[in-house]
Amino acid sequence: MRLLRRIGSRLATTALVLVGAVALVFALTLVIPGNPAQVLLGPRATPEAVQAFSQAMGLDRPVAERFALFLWNVLRGDLGNDVVSGRPIVTMVAEVLPYTVSLTLSAIGLAILFGVPLGCYAATHPGSLIDRVAAAVSIGFIAIPNFVVAILLLMVFSVWLDWFPVLGVSRSGTLGDQLARLALPALSLALGWIGYIARLLRASLLDVLGEAHIRTLRAYGVAERVIVYKYALKPAAIPTVAVLGLGVGRLLGGAIFAEIVFARPGIGTLVYDAIASRNYPVVQACVLVVVGLFTLTNLLVDLSYAWLDPRIAKAEDR
Amino acid sequence: MRAVFGRVWRQPVGRFGLLLVVAVLLLGVIGPPLAPYDPNKLNILARFGAPSAAHWLGTDHLGRDLFSRMADGGRVALLVALSTIAIALAVGTLLGIAAAYASPWGERAILVVFDIVSAFPTLVFALAVVALLGPGLDKVILIVAITLTPHFGRVARAQTLSLRNSPFLEAERVLGAQPWRITAHHLVPNILGPLVVLASMDIPVVITIEAGLSFLGVGVPPPRASWGTLLHDGYTTLSQSPWPVIVAAGMLTLATLGFTLFGEALRDAIDPKLRVEP
Repeated sequence: MRLLRRIGSRLATTALVLVGAVALVFALTLVIPGNPAQVLLGPRATPEAVQAFSQAMGLDRPVAERFALFLWNVLRGDLGNDVVSGRPIVTMVAEVLPYTVSLTLSAIGLAILFGVPLGCYAATHPGSLIDRVAAAVSIGFIAIPNFVVAILLLMVFSVWLDWFPVLGVSRSGTLGDQLARLALPALSLALGWIGYIARLLRASLLDVLGEAHIRTLRAYGVAERVIVYKYALKPAAIPTVAVLGLGVGRLLGGAIFAEIVFARPGIGTLVYDAIASRNYPVVQACVLVVVGLFTLTNLLVDLSYAWLDPRIAKAEDR
Repeated sequence: MRAVFGRVWRQPVGRFGLLLVVAVLLLGVIGPPLAPYDPNKLNILARFGAPSAAHWLGTDHLGRDLFSRMADGGRVALLVALSTIAIALAVGTLLGIAAAYASPWGERAILVVFDIVSAFPTLVFALAVVALLGPGLDKVILIVAITLTPHFGRVARAQTLSLRNSPFLEAERVLGAQPWRITAHHLVPNILGPLVVLASMDIPVVITIEAGLSFLGVGVPPPRASWGTLLHDGYTTLSQSPWPVIVAAGMLTLATLGFTLFGEALRDAIDPKLRVEP
């Protein structure tokens, strides 16, 4: 019962945060000095266009009414139309979103693929050479901004060594070609997280391995590898999952840079081009989409704790 | 103070970080006056120069001296980092303390505002604001300060909650001290440690965001140098010369690495309990 109530209160908070985020994005349009229609359309807009835009957006109506309309439209999934082409923004976002999501997911995948075994090895061999090297290198990769990493990777592997195709996504190319173009951008996002995951996992794994139920397993003669991967990894993964959930926001932010540096289509390039052409409705929509993705991921992460460690669900029920 | 820096210095990692931090500070403070050229002076004939005696780190696509621009960019980065964190630290601490003492509804309201602000990845929030208001150093500082405020607010609240009913504050109250006096003289000094650690660990974050925004052309407006604009200029002319990228990327790497290592060592020196990882 407690668990249900917790899920309910978590859902309510999420809804509140999302509405607040929409309000904040809306409020930003109120603080622009001068005529918002003029600012949104840019300095080259004709007076007629400004007039038409003001009416279409309902800018002559009271603020509360405008906000209610804006919120209703967002809830219906209507993010408005592109100022330049007149196309629905939802379609534009839907076209590029798969590229951003696949980039972010590949980065997380790479980070888990290398970070988890590294963390497990470091936890079972504390003080070993690999453990110490991993600790030193990971701080370095965590500290360095990922767009710096992206440009250095581009410079070394694409320009100097010519191992990877430089730019784009190869929409019609073979799977191999598409993966080759995904490799460097995903790596530039993942590098910092490999070390981070390894460090976090090492710490929590060392804690879990000292617990009583693990000692019992050892006493029964269960193989160390089975103990680590089958029994200790799941509860030890909680802090890592929490950090990954929070990290999705940073990853999405980083994806913007990776897309721009490697000239990939995606939310990042969409928002970048929209800023350059002062296409504010598109910027607004992209911001809302990213905030929505980020908030929902955090919700999922929060709810997954109970699955990862049944003790949490039990404690909630008690 | 001296004891804290002594403990930082005794860790090899902390020493390395502290040396890097001092180098970056020196570059930002005395670098611009020492720089051999005006950072914005064009010299098209000398463009894409490799490092030489005349230009220590080479020149960019407009023939501007990279060392002078890097030093000037360092000043910008430090200015943004320090003023942003000062604002976020002050506002966040006040809001955090207020939340801890407020009524349950007031507390909840402050926490929800923190949650809403945290729902925006800093960079995305900055893009939304800059797209509307236009680029500028003051806007970068304001935006980043707003997004960092919840960090400090949450820690300040938690610290205040744990100290609120402690005997020494109780004693002050019984002696009739005014609430603001208790807060300013007794509460704040006691919760400042973790907040200072957080502030030092946020410096590389702010440097990264400033450089990132400037890289996207929405941070420091040109022609003013920033490590981010340097990197972007180098990126667009990468096929002609690698030097601008190497200089800007190298500088960003050293600065963020230095402040990160220093921040971690400072945390261990001030309060090892704050460690969440080994």
